[in-house]
Amino acid sequence: MSWAGKILRVDLSKGTVTSEPLNMDWAHAYLGSRGLGSKYLVEEVDAKVDPLSPGNKIIWATGPLTGTMASTGGRYTVITKSPLTGAIACSNSGGYWGAELKMAGWDMVIFEGKSPKPVYLYVNDDVAELRDATHLWGQSVWQTEELLKKGLQDPLVRVSSIGKAGENGVLFAAVVNDLHRAAGRSGVGTVMGAKNLKAIAVRGTKGVGNIRDPKAFMKAIAEKKQILKDNAVTGQGLPAYGTQVLMNVINEVGALPTRNHQDVQFEGAKDISAEAMATPRKTDGKKQLVTNQACFGCTIACGRISKMDEGHFTVANKPQYWGASGGLEYEAAWALGAANGVNDLECLQYATMVCNEEGIDPISFGATVGAVMELYEKGVLTKEQIGIEAPFGSAKALAFLVDETVHGRGFGKEIGQGSKRLTAKYGHPELSMTSKGQEFPAYDGRGIQGIGLAYATSNRGGCHLRGYTIASEVLGIPVKTDPLAHEGKPELVKAFQDATAAFDSSGLCIFTTFAWGLADLAPQLQGAIGEQYTTEELEKIGERIWNMEREFNNRAGLTSKDDSLPKRLLTEPAKTGPAKGRVNELAKMLPKYYEVRGWDKEGRPTAETKKRLGL
Amino acid sequence: MQKVLHINADKCTGCLQCEMACSFENYGIFATAKSRIKVFDFHHTGKKVPYTCTQCDEAWCLHACPVEAITVDKATGAKVVSDSTCVGCKVCTIACPFGTINYVQETGKVQKCDLCGGDPACATACPTGAITFIDANWTGLGKMEQWANKLGNQPSAA
Repeated sequence: MSWAGKILRVDLSKGTVTSEPLNMDWAHAYLGSRGLGSKYLVEEVDAKVDPLSPGNKIIWATGPLTGTMASTGGRYTVITKSPLTGAIACSNSGGYWGAELKMAGWDMVIFEGKSPKPVYLYVNDDVAELRDATHLWGQSVWQTEELLKKGLQDPLVRVSSIGKAGENGVLFAAVVNDLHRAAGRSGVGTVMGAKNLKAIAVRGTKGVGNIRDPKAFMKAIAEKKQILKDNAVTGQGLPAYGTQVLMNVINEVGALPTRNHQDVQFEGAKDISAEAMATPRKTDGKKQLVTNQACFGCTIACGRISKMDEGHFTVANKPQYWGASGGLEYEAAWALGAANGVNDLECLQYATMVCNEEGIDPISFGATVGAVMELYEKGVLTKEQIGIEAPFGSAKALAFLVDETVHGRGFGKEIGQGSKRLTAKYGHPELSMTSKGQEFPAYDGRGIQGIGLAYATSNRGGCHLRGYTIASEVLGIPVKTDPLAHEGKPELVKAFQDATAAFDSSGLCIFTTFAWGLADLAPQLQGAIGEQYTTEELEKIGERIWNMEREFNNRAGLTSKDDSLPKRLLTEPAKTGPAKGRVNELAKMLPKYYEVRGWDKEGRPTAETKKRLGL
Repeated sequence: MQKVLHINADKCTGCLQCEMACSFENYGIFATAKSRIKVFDFHHTGKKVPYTCTQCDEAWCLHACPVEAITVDKATGAKVVSDSTCVGCKVCTIACPFGTINYVQETGKVQKCDLCGGDPACATACPTGAITFIDANWTGLGKMEQWANKLGNQPSAA
């Protein structure tokens, strides 16, 4: 077993909370978390629904291994239809909240409708009720957690909530739990806000007790933890440097998108790298990085806890930012830094804290600021419109705009719409570095061909986490492929996408896959669930999930035309580095990708493919 | 040789593997709420600190118990609660200066760390060495070695 076997259904319009049994047929076919939550969404929600209307639903889902002692078993996923992309949204988070929900005895919470007034859901084991959140509305994520713990007189309660950005309709608002962990992408927090749902506070004391074969499970997880410990990436690189270990590596590869993807190498990369975080500052002699931190059950511990220079202009009179707080990870450091040409590490830390505090996705935010800065340099946008001079490299502009965006003030309101809508409004849609309306993360598709295809075909729009081919193309995991070659990448992208979907649905963290393959996941699932899982079966589950998501997007009105990259990546060659002179060869990869996926030329799964996958 | 749990908070990442191991050892489930060791996360400093019973020699809990439900395990030195004797009066929870013995509503008894009979599951589960089970007479050995290394291995002044 290891599923709790129960889900909570919350009708926000009626104000009712009901318990229902988990659909076990679906649980076996889609595992949990991303796959299972998405199955419920696609079965229950019309793909053409307006994402911000009461007709959309939003689901918090754990996996069968969430809340167990398997390494990294703390993940949960938030699934809904995205207001940013119009595609399926599926954002995954760590911290402690997911495990707490599972330990309260629930696999999943489904919210439908819209509450007439701000509410939060309080779950205390079997008891779950909607409560008034008028006093929490307008509060930050951090204040909300503090107020809930005080109000409930329970310091052990775990909170998943939105800040002001989700309330204000920022289209890339995040759902944040445990202060610094976020289901960050695709505007899942925006949907929460549109439903007048402020938070879910959970206390779970029942635990996860239905491990089918405890002896086999404990043996399997101990063996797999040892693999994580012995691996150079999960055992050394990530705990010591976090994901920021990549900043200098990707810059050298010539795939660090810089100044809205105008360049592929950033002269300031070293200033915003993991190494910089661990070097004493000239100003106060202290390092920004305080320590690393784990999520629930994680034996890798890639999380960063950082402390700012109290004299930095961003926080000089704001002591609330002087304590230790969630530090920069690679995607945020890139989006807030290289994407805007900003090399002020302290400013990036300030911006990432504000993103956590008020709940926005730093990738979409930073990348949109990159587009704004390019529009400013082209003379399309002026200082008067933006509210500040905003050339590339301006830390002052970055700090100003992050505040404006989360609080829904001035030009921040426009940034909050994301780069696709903003650049279109000002007549330059070609400057939006997005796929399906979602901003790209920290890898350039010209220097790393496969990731370009992964961006173009990602079911949630521009994203590295649906198929992290960087592992193979740059790090050589599980095998090295040439980042500049496009041959073989359709097969590589498919393999990564399917395996990732399976891992994401287990309740474990995708970072384990630097050391593990599906063959390492299988015995852990077997011990917990009590059924045999082969690698092939897990691949098939992943492929089933991928095609299910794709079909939802197709029904929502997306077509093969949306499997695209901006003109810049397809026609403007990389200027420097190993990829100099290259563009992304999407046109050479996409038809083959459809073929290996078993899709027709329009990117639709064929009847045969659907039959094979049981869809 | 008796051994004790030794905690080095500097190495703790806050993963809670220890809490899960504790609840699994004692209740057969993963439930941090039932753990006898707790990790405290101090957000303002970034410190995570595991905390549990130190097995005091003159244990306040043991002396306070009116029914002698708490006894010394001679082999391990652990102060152990006998569930069949404990009446759930909670006096021990008041007597303990450290808060490491606590009442459990579900059983009507108190619970505390009993060193798992000499092989503490928390120490085995800890992935970073923040919790170790070491010679009770030599809890300072690691620090001594650090300093010995610092002094003894530096280049000679002469």
